[in-house]
Amino acid sequence: MSSYSLRGLRWFEALSGGASAVQGLPASLKVADVSLGEHTARLLAVVTDPDNHFPRARNGEVGLLEGWGLAKAVDEAIDADRNAVNKRALIAIVDVPSQAYGRREEALGIHQALAGAADSYARARLAGHPVIGLLVGKAMSGAFLAHGYQANRLIALRDPGVMVHAMGKASAARVTLRSVEELEALAASVPPMAYDIDSFASLGLLWETLSVEQIEQPSATDLARVFDCLQHAINDVATAPRDLSSRLGATHRAASSTVRQLLRAQW
Amino acid sequence: METLSFEFPAGQPPRGRALVGCVGSGDLEVLIEPGLAGKLSIQVQTSVNGSEQRWQHLFARMFDGQTPPAMSIDIHDFGATPGVVRLRLEQGFEEIGHD
Amino acid sequence: MTDSAALLNKHSFVELGARQRAKALLDAGTFRELLDPFQRIMSPWLLRQGVVPQSDDGVVIAKGSLDGLPVVIAAIEGAFQGGSLGEVGGAKIAGALELAAEDNRKGIPTRAVLLLETGGVRLQEANLGLAAIAEIHSAIVDLRQYQPVIGVVAGSVGCFGGMSIAAGLCSYLLVTQEARLGLNGPQVIEQEAGLDEYDSRDRPFIWSLTGGEQRFATGLVDRYAADDVAQIRQQVSQLLHLGVPAHHRSGQAELFLQRLARLDNDVQIEPAAVRQLYQGERP
Repeated sequence: MSSYSLRGLRWFEALSGGASAVQGLPASLKVADVSLGEHTARLLAVVTDPDNHFPRARNGEVGLLEGWGLAKAVDEAIDADRNAVNKRALIAIVDVPSQAYGRREEALGIHQALAGAADSYARARLAGHPVIGLLVGKAMSGAFLAHGYQANRLIALRDPGVMVHAMGKASAARVTLRSVEELEALAASVPPMAYDIDSFASLGLLWETLSVEQIEQPSATDLARVFDCLQHAINDVATAPRDLSSRLGATHRAASSTVRQLLRAQW
Repeated sequence: METLSFEFPAGQPPRGRALVGCVGSGDLEVLIEPGLAGKLSIQVQTSVNGSEQRWQHLFARMFDGQTPPAMSIDIHDFGATPGVVRLRLEQGFEEIGHD
Repeated sequence: MTDSAALLNKHSFVELGARQRAKALLDAGTFRELLDPFQRIMSPWLLRQGVVPQSDDGVVIAKGSLDGLPVVIAAIEGAFQGGSLGEVGGAKIAGALELAAEDNRKGIPTRAVLLLETGGVRLQEANLGLAAIAEIHSAIVDLRQYQPVIGVVAGSVGCFGGMSIAAGLCSYLLVTQEARLGLNGPQVIEQEAGLDEYDSRDRPFIWSLTGGEQRFATGLVDRYAADDVAQIRQQVSQLLHLGVPAHHRSGQAELFLQRLARLDNDVQIEPAAVRQLYQGERP
């Protein structure tokens, strides 16, 4: 059993079906263009790279190279489709344990690298590319902000290993001066603090959750189901606004709507 | 954390309102608005538990021997000392006087 | 406004609260706050966790003009919960930026200035803070197409977490010597990577890597100002007048990848090495 997750890589391999990888990117990124029914799509995944030039980013973390590399891979798609009527979808396969924590990362401006990735994904969405986030593992904090959270539509696989959060449990407990047990008890009654995907779904941020048979190594049925869902998501985006407004409306997120209504009234 | 309420006899409401302070360490936020004539009502949310007597004494001393304006005061306290509380309240009273 | 004039005589910008900072930047008499504290739009999540809320949730949204230009300012109060962003504060910033972009699509050239003092996501509201920050990112990228978005990190909290990414998306960034800008807080890095990697108690070391002066010297920010209200105001005005930059820093992937490829990673990094690597070819 490896200490790091292989889900992102396995889902990338399954979904790309042997399509040739886009070259010129860091080894920690897997990027390929595929056909999805009538659509074309660029799949993007951050994977482990034991030889990463940056030692703090060898286990699938989103670091300097990953942030800027994702930006480059997305920018290429934006440029290539600049005059296309149907712009390719960008599918971020999300299995990111964290951002990279290290001295080199801070010194060289990892915040700027992650901004690069978020920028490119957001520009792609505004330019009319359907951007879909497919959550197959962890979607943590800064790593998720850089890879996936700018998507028009978020799809999560229903599995205990799929979780979205601002900070890992151990660190969050330390920072909030609680034990992990206290944190878990609190999370049970405060949906935004919970780690499980159903609590996250209750915030209205997901477009769809999907059950699969073998999340670690997708079966043919799993693959068909996810392909189908991705196509629906892409179709759903086609005539929808290019902003993130579809994430608003859940009762557990009522204040986010109220604040916007009041701002508009007082603007 | 606890929520406390206090009431004191008062005169007429002031015209203005005031905001002073911030819910930062050792500080507090005070919002003062015109209240109902004859009544000064104070709501306190404080991070320090078991402090009701302390607040009661502090207010009683501040308003002793005078008829304060009829105000509705909201306090969000993050562990301010009595001295800081007094200072913020006086700042607030001065501000509603100006407006 | 009489207090605005008084503030201008008080030179330090860093020691001002969020509301005072916004007032100090705007033209006299033009400050108009939206969702002001008396409306009590507070966090629905803090009270139930036994945390005292603040009436504005730590974020001030103000419209007004700066040297005659229409602006909206979003100022974060660093003293409240470390400037952390929860659902309400985050929605205030995202919503204001969204409306500014909408203004521009209607021909009203509203610009935005973000006064950033924040540790990032408020952990008591975890996923709602994170979601709001993603929306802030989106709104900055949208608004930036029309008018510049200026980020100011004055100090003393600095700018961290998801909001450091927001800073990285701004058209221009201004810092003072009191500012720090970075993704991860020192304690978290030390915890995750160990003392040898990052000693969170070694303040000179941390400032040498992430302080305002170093960020300016390495071209990761655009302006470096003294902690002085008049100077910061003048520089923000200049940046607003520059308009949308030809290239945003966050759109320079190729340039940064080339630089990183030249880095010798056999030795641990020093501040001088970053300056050398990033200087001289500032976009």
